[in-house]
Amino acid sequence: MWWRSPSFILDNRQQQPNDTARRDALSIPLSSPLPPSTTMADPNPNPNHKISAYYQTRAAHHGVVSSDWLAQAQAAVGHLPEGDDDASNNDQGAPSGKPFSVIDEFNNWRKQPDLAEAVAAIRALAAVIRNSQATTMMELEIELKKASDSLKSWDTTSISLTAGCDLFMRYVTRTSALEYEDFNSAKTRLIERAEKFGEISYKARKIIAMLSQDFIFDGCTILVHGFSRVVLEVLKTAAQSKKLFRVFCTEGRPDRTGLRLSNELAKLDVPVKLLIDSAVAYSMDEVDMVFVGADGVVESGGIINMMGTYQIALVAHSMNKPVYVAAESYKFARLYPLDQKDMGPALRPIEFGVPIPSKVEVETSARDYTPPQYLTLLFTDLGVLTPSVVSDELIQLYL
Amino acid sequence: MDARRGSLPVPRVRQVGFFTPNAQPAPTRSQSGPPDSSSPPLSDSPASNSLSPVMIPPPRHHSDNLAAAPRPTSPLPVPEPSPFRRRGADNNNALLVGSYNPAETLLAMSPSSSHVGDGESEETMSGGWFRRSNSGKLASSLPSGTFDFSPVQSTAEALKPNKVQNPVGISAPKEQQPEAPSSSKQPKPKLTKAERRALQESQRAAKAAAKAGGGKSVAAPEEVATIKSVKQHQTQKKDAPQVAVSVAASERKGGDKSQEKERRKDAPAPRMQFDDKSRVEKAKRRSVVDQTEAKKRVELFRHLPQYEHGTQLADLESKFLQLDPMHPAIYKVGLQYLAGDISGGNARCIAMLQAFQQVVKDYSTPPEKTLPRDLTAKISSYVSFFTQCRPLSMSMGNAIRFLKNRIAKLSPSLSESESKSSICTDIDRFINEKIVLADRVIVQHASSKVKDGDVLLVYGSSCVVEMVLLHSHELGKQFRVIVVDSRPKLEGKALLRRLVAKGVHCTYTHINAVSYVMHEVTKVFLGASSVLSNGTVYSRVGTACVAMVAHAFRVPVIICCEAYKFHERVQLDSICSNELGDPDAIGKVPGRMDVNYLNDVSNSGNLQLLNLMYDATPADYVSMIVTDYGMIPPTSVPVIVREYRRDHLLI
Repeated sequence: MWWRSPSFILDNRQQQPNDTARRDALSIPLSSPLPPSTTMADPNPNPNHKISAYYQTRAAHHGVVSSDWLAQAQAAVGHLPEGDDDASNNDQGAPSGKPFSVIDEFNNWRKQPDLAEAVAAIRALAAVIRNSQATTMMELEIELKKASDSLKSWDTTSISLTAGCDLFMRYVTRTSALEYEDFNSAKTRLIERAEKFGEISYKARKIIAMLSQDFIFDGCTILVHGFSRVVLEVLKTAAQSKKLFRVFCTEGRPDRTGLRLSNELAKLDVPVKLLIDSAVAYSMDEVDMVFVGADGVVESGGIINMMGTYQIALVAHSMNKPVYVAAESYKFARLYPLDQKDMGPALRPIEFGVPIPSKVEVETSARDYTPPQYLTLLFTDLGVLTPSVVSDELIQLYL
Repeated sequence: MDARRGSLPVPRVRQVGFFTPNAQPAPTRSQSGPPDSSSPPLSDSPASNSLSPVMIPPPRHHSDNLAAAPRPTSPLPVPEPSPFRRRGADNNNALLVGSYNPAETLLAMSPSSSHVGDGESEETMSGGWFRRSNSGKLASSLPSGTFDFSPVQSTAEALKPNKVQNPVGISAPKEQQPEAPSSSKQPKPKLTKAERRALQESQRAAKAAAKAGGGKSVAAPEEVATIKSVKQHQTQKKDAPQVAVSVAASERKGGDKSQEKERRKDAPAPRMQFDDKSRVEKAKRRSVVDQTEAKKRVELFRHLPQYEHGTQLADLESKFLQLDPMHPAIYKVGLQYLAGDISGGNARCIAMLQAFQQVVKDYSTPPEKTLPRDLTAKISSYVSFFTQCRPLSMSMGNAIRFLKNRIAKLSPSLSESESKSSICTDIDRFINEKIVLADRVIVQHASSKVKDGDVLLVYGSSCVVEMVLLHSHELGKQFRVIVVDSRPKLEGKALLRRLVAKGVHCTYTHINAVSYVMHEVTKVFLGASSVLSNGTVYSRVGTACVAMVAHAFRVPVIICCEAYKFHERVQLDSICSNELGDPDAIGKVPGRMDVNYLNDVSNSGNLQLLNLMYDATPADYVSMIVTDYGMIPPTSVPVIVREYRRDHLLI
């Protein structure tokens, strides 16, 4: 799966100096001489089960747009303080005197707003291997397993976190030649693979942006839903290559992520129109294609994404508009929901502005499942796939 | 960036499952490709109407065609079909003289097999073949000489450009040009061809002589060959364009020959088509089980075996002591199939494999034979015995293929006892890994989909589905089961009994009421006899109906099926491959003496009773297939088939 990644598409393109600088900063080895602690004993840092930790993180990263979002948007101009982040990372990267904990490591990486949760987890797991004091492969593998389990239990609602950890385990530990080498070279090899995996995952967004350029034509109108960093990257790349297109942004209640996206797009001089979520069908006839991101891509080829994606896909399907999904391959999960309720719940609070009587029930689910028959294509870092190929990839990876 | 866009004008999209890659004429697949293109002229001639052009076998010698094409006795140029009929005669001849070559017969028979309803014309054709096979001198008695030639030829010419596009290796490029029929261009290539022909003639004569030396020949083929060659040389110059046409056809086929052979090896043997009289005759002669054909056969299903039920068992039992080549274990399992004591895909497959294991244990290689070859032949004969008892399911076909593969792959350095024990362990492993453990994995996966408060609908009796229900019940999940059943087997009652005994809350209904109960159902669990690579589920008759109703009610349909039952075949309907049950079973209702409307009319010629055993559910109605590889969408069946095949070799 990963070795077939069409990352060659990036090779032609000279890397932005900013990127390389950051990657260098990231790949500084983190060495902790202290023995690792069993992180399984850690209490779940997210005791509030009413609210999905995944969406809390997203809210923190994307700056939930509240009613005074304009003021925040002004402040957000100075957003992405990369230098600061990297510096703090490097400071915390080698915590001396404190036992190494994969959760801490993960939280360090997670602070970077541009880094997806799964990639942060992958980097954290790579750090586990590096810091490991294990002397046998088996020991190392058990340690890795524990670390990944604790990461997964940190937030059970995040599909990409779980899938990313699983994929990392498969990718890193699946090598039959390991038994024949001595432990140190095997470990070096594991670290190499782990870093390569992290690298691929990190590059994924750019690969997707490049692959999807063929589908955006001049004069098209694109409907986007919610805020997805991949979709933003796609649109950014299209705008940078001087394509003329128009974007309709849904509002994205309740955390109004669409407002943030429209803000970002306006900065790129892309014509943007903001719709309330219920105006999708009304404006669908003007739309040429629908672009959405995904929280997770499931085995049927369908996606789990922010609430409202399913109905947009349904409307688009009934009007014969293509629905494109941009998703990194670390979001491919071994899940198979049969219907909307057949998923682990991910809840988040909804603000209505007025007090709601206690007798009134509120649907607080944060995401829905879009079946594959309503999706046209998936843009992933493995290439442009039809929904049915997702299962092919998953089978090949896990079997 | 623009440069990159230029290099990639068409977006590349990866697909899986069912799509047609444009203009790739998969040459390894079937005979329907290349031979098709050369046959259109044939279909216009009345004599060959019943021969399916698609399945015409390639000649084994160029001279086959050449010898037959021109006829000295006929005053008119002879129409095209004759070479093919001629070839048919040759094949039959070969069969009559006893050199039974399965590949040959398969090919010779396959033309008719593609037609379902033309039994009569087939008969006349084969009659013709037999007559002609007596000697080479009967050429003048052929009806073909009387046909008007010109329209045939004109169609041949019109269709010439079609032939040219034949994608497979071609030996005579000159004939391939669209203007080939013009006779002015012929002389030069003809000379070289004449030489080639002479060479081939001599080879053929030598071969025929060898055959005759074998002492099996009835008619002297040597003579026939020489007569033919003489004829050919005489007539060659007379009707040059006509010869050119047939030469073009034959040369092309000759070029195909080696590829054709490989293709034949790869392609699965075509199934027996029971409307093919001559082949059925032959099969009957070899068969152990004495079956009388049903008097009234359902027209649309003539290609399936339709025998009188209930007669074979007693007959076979009486034969028990005479059948010395048959192993008793095989015999026992065959009888159990016949009597219906063993039913259900897994049970039948396990019984068969265990019988084979017994055979292998008791096997000793006869002198001057090798174990892999002899044992494979033995197993093939046992398989045909099983087929006579009851048509094999596709899963059993897969298991047999696995077993034969293992036998063929045995290392020659192993001693006999080692080989035998290796085969036995392989069989054990197959049963364990592919059936027992697979079921356990399926149960794990499927019961994760059962939630509290669910209403599950099941149809018929599938052992995996039953295990899923019981396991979910053991896990303490609160759910209700609706068992849907259908006549005549009423297998659901047994399932119902077992479920109720375990304390599962059940509802029992017949398939007539499925649309009534469907609105309260939350999930449908179904078993399958096999899953085909377009996602079609081949299962107990009625499954398609249940799945369709569930789909209409937006209820997810979950198929539980072990991966060894997946088959690479594609099937679009349930007509071309099916199994017919006892027709009387649907005519009579046991225990209801008042339902006797059919008693006096059941012998009437107007009434045909059809008791189908299986049907095909389209992939659209299936939400998910649970296999030992996890939960997959029906579009991913080809992926599993691909992986699983590799697995076959690895085990």
